[in-house]
Formats: sequence, structure tokens, C-alpha cells
Amino acid sequence: MVKSTTTTSSTAKDAQALFHSLRSSYVATPTNLKIIDLYVLFAIFTALIQICYMAIVGSFPFNSFLSGVLSCVGTAVLAVCLRIQVNKENKEFKDLAPERAFADFVLCNLVLHLVIMNFLG
Amino acid sequence: MRSPMARNLGFLFVLISVVAICEASVFQPISENHRSAALEFFSPVDGSFTSLEEAYEALRTFQILGVEKNTVSSTSTCPLVVKNLQSSSSPQDLFYALKVNSFLNCKVEANTFAGIFSKLQAAVKDASSVLDYYYSVGSLVLIKDKGAEGDALLVDADGTFHSIKALSHSDGRWRLNSKSAESSIYAAGLALEALAGVVSLSSTEIDPSLIGTVKNDVVKLFDSLEKYDDGASYFNEKLTDAREDHGPISTSASVVRGLAAFASVSTGKINLSGDRILGLAKYFLGIGVPGSAQDLFNQIDSLYNLENSRVSVPLILSLPATVVSLSDKNQLKVKVTTVLGSGAPPLTVKLVQAFQPSSKDTPLIENKELKFDSESNAHSLDVLPLGFDIGKYVFVFRVLLHDSEHKKIYATGGQTQVPIFFTGSVKADNAEIAVLDSDLQSTGNKKKLDLSGDTSLSLSADHLQKLQLTFQLITTLGHSFKPEQVFLKLTHETKVEHIFVVGSSGSQFEIVLDFLRLVEKFFYLSGRYNIQLTVGDAVMENSFHRDLGHLELDLPKAPEKATRAPLQPVDPYSRYGPKPEITHIFRLPEKRPRQELSLAFLVLTFVPLFGFLLGLLRLGVNLKKFPTSESSPLVHAVLFHVFLAAILGWYLLFWLKMDLFTTLKQLGILGTMLLYFGHRTLSYLASGSSKQKSA
Repeated sequence: MVKSTTTTSSTAKDAQALFHSLRSSYVATPTNLKIIDLYVLFAIFTALIQICYMAIVGSFPFNSFLSGVLSCVGTAVLAVCLRIQVNKENKEFKDLAPERAFADFVLCNLVLHLVIMNFLG
Repeated sequence: MRSPMARNLGFLFVLISVVAICEASVFQPISENHRSAALEFFSPVDGSFTSLEEAYEALRTFQILGVEKNTVSSTSTCPLVVKNLQSSSSPQDLFYALKVNSFLNCKVEANTFAGIFSKLQAAVKDASSVLDYYYSVGSLVLIKDKGAEGDALLVDADGTFHSIKALSHSDGRWRLNSKSAESSIYAAGLALEALAGVVSLSSTEIDPSLIGTVKNDVVKLFDSLEKYDDGASYFNEKLTDAREDHGPISTSASVVRGLAAFASVSTGKINLSGDRILGLAKYFLGIGVPGSAQDLFNQIDSLYNLENSRVSVPLILSLPATVVSLSDKNQLKVKVTTVLGSGAPPLTVKLVQAFQPSSKDTPLIENKELKFDSESNAHSLDVLPLGFDIGKYVFVFRVLLHDSEHKKIYATGGQTQVPIFFTGSVKADNAEIAVLDSDLQSTGNKKKLDLSGDTSLSLSADHLQKLQLTFQLITTLGHSFKPEQVFLKLTHETKVEHIFVVGSSGSQFEIVLDFLRLVEKFFYLSGRYNIQLTVGDAVMENSFHRDLGHLELDLPKAPEKATRAPLQPVDPYSRYGPKPEITHIFRLPEKRPRQELSLAFLVLTFVPLFGFLLGLLRLGVNLKKFPTSESSPLVHAVLFHVFLAAILGWYLLFWLKMDLFTTLKQLGILGTMLLYFGHRTLSYLASGSSKQKSA
């Protein structure tokens, strides 16, 4: 690190370094976890688009809007749960097979979407 | 408010005229009303009558009234007549069958009458009651009239006459049979008819002294006539056995029938005064149109018998109208006819006198002869030159027969009193209305009123002032007139009404309303009062009911203890009438965005999916772990995905059309299958990974 640099540039550089380290460490993440991350992002973005639509047009029909958003958010939450359980770094779930976690994920998704369909109207 | 009041007025007039008609005691002869009533009453059900008695009554009534007897068809009635004549042994059945047969001339075999004749002869011999004699003798008379059995005569006429006479009572009544203690007038009528039959059936002449005693009986019987005030008289009996009580119409008709029959066979005159016969005729005419078929038959048959009896023929003086309008220059018309409406012999009608009911002793007109108009068959009197004013009068008429021989035959009944109404218009004049101060002196503003139409006055007064209304009522002849109803009505805005009777002195009508005295009666209600004046009378052709205008009344405030104005009855129309129509307001449809915008966002929601798929490609995802080598795991894996897709598809169907219960049932099956194949697939994968680990 060069000491003569200004505070702002140092902050920028710090941030840059931080991002760099984050990216480099994320590269090391196993592919299956990356897939789950991608899936979570997909769900959250879909939810955001629906919220934008609601902000522009209005909340009618409100239950449809709620089911759409909650479907996305619920899927994302379940995916996060799956990620926690599948991650090998988490010693807590060492004894849990990833297949079992996936089975849980599928089942929870089915139950969630049954409720969502019921609520959709 | 106007129409109910007008209705009330109309009702009063109707009431007055009805009362007038009741008092009138003008008896109208038989008219078209009776003919239409006869057609209505004697209308057989399905072409035939319930009994031959009813059929006879119908035929007889139609015959007298001259109505076409199409309603009684011989095709449907004759079979019953023949059946009764051939098989029945009851004299009553035979009697009515023969009566009907005399009208319809049914085809009856000649030997039938021979059988009946002997049957009836035996019945006469065995008879013990008046009814038995009446039916059997009556039947024999009918057979004789028919001429079917040659000279059908009673075997022991004298003996039969004696045995019927034995049932008579000293007061002219008859006992129904030898056992009954009570004698009745109804039975007397039947007995007289039976006796008449015996006389006509007898081969030898009956002892004149016997006939003389029966004649005396008849005269005694007529002593029990009861009288109405209007000259009508009738027979009525009050028997202890209500079953034998026939009512006044039936009883009177029975006597009249008996009298007519007996008078026709007996020689010499029965000594009855014409007034009694006329009284009976008036009674039967006074019934008007009776309410039942039986009564109508009795009425018509009796009137026919009275008119054609040898005793005396009643003549009825009738007026087509008892209300004469002076403004229309109507003539007063009087008709003299027999009870059935046929013409009378030459005669003169004389107005003996005419007077007002209030001043009976000072007749306005005396001894005036009416002009006879042969075209309309009516006697008329031109009333206009006689100087009658409007009002109610009583006219007394007398019928004078030209031929002195006729005086013995016809009963005119001396003088006839008839109430006559002369109507005309009344002029309301010099009407003035004024609000006066308390001393009555200072006349503030007198206003002239025109009572020929509604006016719209606008007055104002306070409680220290008075309202004065004056007017005059003058008839066309210039006399003062005092109607039965002269009312002033004040109606407050709240519909509280106050009605005052307007008094009169001479021709001047005046009312002064002293509001100081009336404040309590007015319930201290200040404000606008509508003024209405009502003047009405039965003889006033222009009775009126006028809105005069309104009065703004300023009354002091009500003290605490003052009585409140009563609640006005709610208009029933507003309570029970139709309610205002209900309009349904439906929920307005929500504002929807434009379709393009929604579709754009639909596409936009797919963008993250594409991003996801692109990301997957970038990551280099593969399906290496999908089992390919072995067959059963492959099948399991494929089926796992198929069932997963099926469940999602079912979710779609649930959203689109199915209900929760059917969906859950089917999902249960799909879920079990999914569980099984999911378990197999994942356990296969798990075993694969654990092998890798161990390796």
C-alpha cells in the first residue's frame, strides 16, 4: 500500500481490494452452490419486477400480486436454506446428505406452491 | 285534501237521496229488472233443474213475465217428468210433474194418466193433512185441465170438502193435520186452494152454505194482516215450530194463491175491502227484486194472482221520477198501472194537495187535475207555473175512475202520498270576507268574493283580530235558502283541520271567527291556514266546495301546559302504498392498466429466467450425474421428473378450473408416486456420492 495516496483514493482502492478478494474467494465456491446463488438471484429479480409493476399500475388484484411476490421470495428463502444445508463448510449439517436436503427443498416448494395456487384466485 | 272532502259530500248526498227513496213509498210495477233477475235466478245447471218444483217455478215465472223460456229445455226436463209420472207414488212428485207437464206437454202414454188417476183418488181418500189434500187434489185438477182422462171427477167431493174444512180453525187459519195443535196461515192458503180444487172436481154443486162459511173464514183470515206505515200489508206468522215457519213472502203468497183459486170457483163475491188487496200488492211490489229464486216466484205468482183474481184488481200509482229539476223545466209525471205494469182503465189523477213537510196545514196547491197523455200513458203536471221553490214537498194524489162499474173491480186505495223533491240552482251572492280588529268597528280591508269559482285570497291576522265571512244564498225565485250543510274549514299546514258551521239569519249567512277565543282550539299553531267553504243540499243542483285562499295566522306561543295538536293520521297510501324503487349500486370495476403495459411486464418477468439459464451455461452445468448406464435408475429418474412436472401441471389445473378437494385427492396419488421415485433416485445418487467419498 502507498501512503501518499489521498483518503478517497485509498477508500476506493480498499473497496476495490475488497471486491477483488470477495470475487477471488467466490471463484473457489463449488459450482452447485453457485447454481443455487444464481437461482436465488433469479427469484429475487422476478419478485422485484412484480413490485415495480405494482408500483406503476396499482395493487389490483392484490392477492395475485401477493402470491406472485411471495412465491418468488419463498422460493428464494427455501433456496437459501438448501444452500446452507448443502454447503460443506457448514459443519452443523455435516451428517445431512445433500440429496436429503434437495428432497426437503422439493417438498417444501411443492407445499409452498400449493398454497400459492390456492391464494392466487 | 280536496278529493276526500268531495267524496264525503257525495256520500252525504247519496245518503240523503236513499233516505228520501225509503220514505217515498212509491211502488213501481214489475219492470225489466225482474225479467233479468228471473233469467239470472232460474238458470239451470247443465240444462236441467235440480227438482221439478224448481222447474215449475221457473216456467211459471217466465210465463207471467213473458220471458222466452228457452232456458228450460223440454228434452232434459221431460224424461224426469215421465219417470215421475210412471213410477212415483208420492202426490207431491206427481203434482209437480203434472204442473211441469202442463207447460212442456211432454209425451206421456195415455194409460199413464189412468194409473195416476186411481192412485190419486186413493190418496185423497187416505189423506190426513192439508199438504196431502193440496197435492192430491191439485194433481187431479191438473189431470182434469189436461183433459186426458175424460171427465175426471172426484168420487166423494162433498166428503173431501168436509174433511178439509174440519181442519180449519175459528180464526180462519188451518191446522196442517188433525194431530197438530197449532194452526197456520200458510196452511190456510194451501187448504183454500185444495178446497177450490174440490169444488171444480165435484160433479154436483157443493152446499152453498159450506162455501159461505169458507168465505167467512177468508175474511177472518185477512184480519190477521199486518201493516207497514206505507200502506203495504202482509201475512206473517210466528209458529213455535220453526221448521213450519215459511216467512212472510211465502205465507202471503200461499194465501193469495188460495184466495185467487177459491174466488175463481166460488159464486158471488168474497167480501174483502180493496185496500187489503192493494196492501198485499204493495207489499209484494215493495220487495223490489228479491234475492232468491223462490221469493221471486212467490212475488211474481202472487202479483199475477192479485191482478187476475175476481176479488179486486189493485191499481198502482207510480212516479218515474220523484226528483224534479226546476232548472230543466221537468214535468211531474204520474203513471197508474196494474201491478204487472199493464194499462189501467180510463181514469183521472188528481193532485189533492201539495205541502211542505214542515207546514202540513198550509197546502200550497189544492185540487188540481193532471193532464193525461195517451201516448206515454202518463198523467203529467206542469209544475213551473205553480210557483214551487226548490225543496222537499209532499204531494197527495187521488185516482178517480171514470166508470162507476170499474170502482167495484179496481182497488185504487184512496189517497197516495208521495214525497217530491224540486231541485234547482242557488245563487251565492254578496260574499265578503274581512279581517276585523277586536272592536268589530274598524273594518280594515273588506274583500269581495266570487263564489262561482275558487279564489286565492291572501289574508293575515293575529290573535287579537277576527275573521268575518258573509254571503247570501238566494233561490231562482228570489227566496232565501238554507242548505243542510254550510261549513267553513280551516286547514293548517300540518293538516290539522277545524270545521265551523256557518249560521244564518234570513238569507244572510255569517260567521265571525274570534281568534282570541280560538287560540286554544287552534293549539297555538301559527302559520298558514287554507280556507274552504262548503255549501251543499240535496235539492241544490250547484252544491259547491270552494277553496277561498289562505290566512296567515299569528298566534301567541303555546304555554307549557297547552294541549298539543293531535297527530294527523298518516296517509294510508304512504304506509301501504308502493315503496320507492330500489336501485342497486354495483361495485365499480377496478381501474385496469393498459394491456400493452401488462404484456410488457409479462415479458420482463421472463428476463431473470433467461439470465438464470445464461448463468447456468456460463457455469458449465451439465447433467453428468443423470443416470444413463443402468436402466432402472434411469427409469426412476425420468419418472421422478415426470411426476414432478405432473404435480406442477395439476397446480395449473387447480388454478384454472378444479376445486381444492378434488385437487388434493389427485395430488395425494401423484405425491405418493413422486415420493417413491424421488426416494429411489436420490438414494441412488447418494449411494454414488458415498462410494466416491469412500474411494
